[in-house]
Amino acid sequence: MLRRALGLLPRPIAAARARSFSTDLPAAHTADATFMEAWNKVMPNMDPPKTPLSFMHPRPPTPSSIPPKLTVNFVLPYASELSTKEVDMVIVTATTGQMGFLPGHVATIAELKPGVLSVHEGSETTKYFVSSGFVFIHANSFADIIAVEAVPLDRIDANLVQKGLADFTQKLSSATTELEKAEAQIGIDVHSALNSALTG
Amino acid sequence: MASNAAVPFWRAAGMTYITYSNICANLVRNCLKEPYKTEALSREKVHFSISKWTDGKPEKPTLRSDSPEE
Repeated sequence: MLRRALGLLPRPIAAARARSFSTDLPAAHTADATFMEAWNKVMPNMDPPKTPLSFMHPRPPTPSSIPPKLTVNFVLPYASELSTKEVDMVIVTATTGQMGFLPGHVATIAELKPGVLSVHEGSETTKYFVSSGFVFIHANSFADIIAVEAVPLDRIDANLVQKGLADFTQKLSSATTELEKAEAQIGIDVHSALNSALTG
Repeated sequence: MASNAAVPFWRAAGMTYITYSNICANLVRNCLKEPYKTEALSREKVHFSISKWTDGKPEKPTLRSDSPEE
């Protein structure tokens, strides 16, 4: 029985290697040759129109050796906090626990929990409290962190956090429907994360 | 394959991820210190007008300014 299973193994792996992963983008966008020929026949003196793809910067290819720094893009819906900033390490609070990302990390997608995001550059650490979001690490050591709301820790008011925690704990005990219970639980989670961010 | 392993509690209660994420963001905004709090809340205000259509004709539109706490 085991021998049969071993025999079946190599085939799926070989098939997967034949197709490239969706996370590997082509290195650069090349214009379509047929279109260029047809264009030059009709309009030899005018530049061909640019397509949206040619405006996009292609993702830098995965280097063969681990790069010295991680390049971070940290964006919020209303602002771009960090844009292609080179850092040494990023620590995020994912739903699966605290995760640290160093250059050369394997490509990962992680969903964030309300918690602290810290960006380490040399001897400086910048910390933000993130309400929720996602972090995408690509094979070429680029990290895209997207969050709905992220604030530096010194903008958080401890009294409001305590008050919120007490309110939601009380709401949880008096909640009746599933939805109310879920909302109260979310409130408790967020406020206790805020609390530990302020004290920790 | 395991069918939908442990779903998060909010999805089990019928909430979508976007609703969950927006609730978290609102809670964080409400815990900010003063100048930042009013900035954040005013940034998130939406103004919109809704008009219901009946029999192929729009009725009078209503203007709404919903603040993030609904």
